[in-house]
Amino acid sequence: MRRSLQSLILATLLAGVPVFAQTAVPEIAFDSVDQLKLPDHIYLGEVAGVATNSKGDIFVYTRTGHPTITIGTSRAFAHGGSRLFEFDRTGKYVREIGQDLYGFLVAQQVRVDPQDNIWVVDQMSSMVIKFDPNGRVQLLLGRKSEDGRIPALPLTEPMVPAAGHGLPGAGAQSDIFDRPTDVAWDTAGNIYVADGYGNARVAKFDKNGKFIKSWGSFGQAPGQFNTPHGIVADVQGNIYVADSRNRRIQVFDSDGTFKVQFLNVGAPSAICITPGPHQYMYSSNSNPPENIDTGGQIYKLELDGRIVGTFGRAGKLPKEFGTVNAIDCRSESELYVGEIGNWRVQKLALHH
Amino acid sequence: MWRCMSWYLAVIVLFAVPVFAQSKAKAQNVPEIAYESVPNFLKFPPGLYLGEAIGVATNSKGHVFVYTRSANTRLFEFDQNGNYVREIGEGLYGFEFAHSVRVDPQDNVWVVDEGSNLVIKFNPEGRVVMVLGHRPDVVAGAVATSTSPSPAAQRYLFSRPTDVAWDLQGNIFVSDGYFNHRVVKYDKNGRFLEQVGSEKPGAVPGQFNLPHALAVDAQGNVYVSDRTNNRIQVFDNNLVLKTIYDNIGVSWTVCISPGPHQYLFTSNSNPNGNPPGSWDITGEIYKMELDGTIIGKFGHAGKQLGGFQVVHMMDCRNPNEIIVAEIESWRVQKLILKPQPTQISSER
Repeated sequence: MRRSLQSLILATLLAGVPVFAQTAVPEIAFDSVDQLKLPDHIYLGEVAGVATNSKGDIFVYTRTGHPTITIGTSRAFAHGGSRLFEFDRTGKYVREIGQDLYGFLVAQQVRVDPQDNIWVVDQMSSMVIKFDPNGRVQLLLGRKSEDGRIPALPLTEPMVPAAGHGLPGAGAQSDIFDRPTDVAWDTAGNIYVADGYGNARVAKFDKNGKFIKSWGSFGQAPGQFNTPHGIVADVQGNIYVADSRNRRIQVFDSDGTFKVQFLNVGAPSAICITPGPHQYMYSSNSNPPENIDTGGQIYKLELDGRIVGTFGRAGKLPKEFGTVNAIDCRSESELYVGEIGNWRVQKLALHH
Repeated sequence: MWRCMSWYLAVIVLFAVPVFAQSKAKAQNVPEIAYESVPNFLKFPPGLYLGEAIGVATNSKGHVFVYTRSANTRLFEFDQNGNYVREIGEGLYGFEFAHSVRVDPQDNVWVVDEGSNLVIKFNPEGRVVMVLGHRPDVVAGAVATSTSPSPAAQRYLFSRPTDVAWDLQGNIFVSDGYFNHRVVKYDKNGRFLEQVGSEKPGAVPGQFNLPHALAVDAQGNVYVSDRTNNRIQVFDNNLVLKTIYDNIGVSWTVCISPGPHQYLFTSNSNPNGNPPGSWDITGEIYKMELDGTIIGKFGHAGKQLGGFQVVHMMDCRNPNEIIVAEIESWRVQKLILKPQPTQISSER
């Protein structure tokens, strides 16, 4: 009782410092459709990523199996564990892309760029993989470790990368990632990678994959991160980072200069931005996988941080969310959400 | 203080258990039920093999589902005549180390996997429609779990869960398991309602030491195989303890037949590894009334057809045709029980 009181007070305090003071946040009514038709013998596991291309085709990056560890010369090797599927806009299965790909271990995200290239972020191989629209590998960022650590280094709390573990923070002038989480592009084609669970930075590359700079380090100050879990860019080239464990969205210019932060969206773990002249952002306050009695709602925001509305809650039924890890909002009123907890993709029709 | 005492007691009990847990049933003069095992009940296509037959269950059409530990953990469906129908969930994210399969009254197929800590519900078409629990993220490496002390049990996380059952309202009961020692109740939508037991093993009534299987009767009472405590504990629908049956040896697994007159079956399975003397005092299955009255027993430890090698699960949709899955003989047997003229078994 006392505890819930404290957390209530805490929540009130937290909610009391939005950039723009707001009274009531409107609920957005919505429906959910089970859009994807899976062929026999194909199953989704945890859905880490979902994204659409300009034709409405749907790409799903999912943790289907589990990486297999094999014993080799002086080392253990990790193979497999995730798959990338394509469906057409009606949900009909089209094909698998990247079967047995070297970098597919633990799915983290999939995004489609304005030229319909498909980008995959893998958390365990620590790679960002660009496929052309035909599904052939076109550009690679990062390199999969030659050996699998068994057990892997434990996640520590707080997640301060240990010395020698990856290249943490802004000092990491390279594309060696440590459990990266997401990828975005500005209109010039520059590439931004949220990196990630192990590092605490954003890495910027030009459109040819040449490293430009990185910014951020572990911490709570503006410009620092604690698990940057999602990243998007608007048409002005502003970069929005879902700084998940700091429970905020940070906004930077395209050089990494801090501009503003949004503190009223819970713990954002999946974000997306709509195209078009008036852009909106959606951000999910995803519940932790071990608890469906808290959070789970998705916020719709103006790009200045004002909340337009909210919808959904954590749970297992249709119209409930189980640890949303990805949102596609190519259409402002038709979203796709990928869920870690419920192993599914829901197509949401929002009623405005 | 009392809690502290019972904890010490539990520790003492733990250390008193021999390496190969086995127990001769206390029940005496139990009538022997004659039976025969159907030869070659399940027909396998070429290239398909069972490993340890861990889970078996039938649906309303009599189709047989087998959850097995082979090179990968796999789920197979056979028809009522034992002909192979299909595989369900190839390469599924949650298939790591089979522990149980059960079919609910709507013919949904549920599996419990103790390697991925998941309870997975498939609809009758074989598609995943609900997941309970969360598989530890593999990127974090192998998860160290130990029996003492276990971290506090969480509402929506299991620690090597063992079995699943439902009441007529669709509430879900999960026995959890090897590292937690509790039974958890969820509503039909997967929301936590309550639990009995905890992350700690214990021997006092209402505590568990390896709740290994469970079944629910038509009144909603919950029967739990409290394996290492050599007993079945019976709870009401709100998980309040009602009674204990402790005369049936080690209860590895239980099932309850449907219909107006329900029966409870429990297996005093022979222990893994077949330690000397174990075949003489274990291996039999008991047929009971729900109130604990023993009607009869059948079966014995053995490697040939008709004998059992560590029965891990039973299906008793038809109380006269029991289907058993065995760990150490990698097979599923269908047993036809003969009507009793009963005879009193001699002391073995």
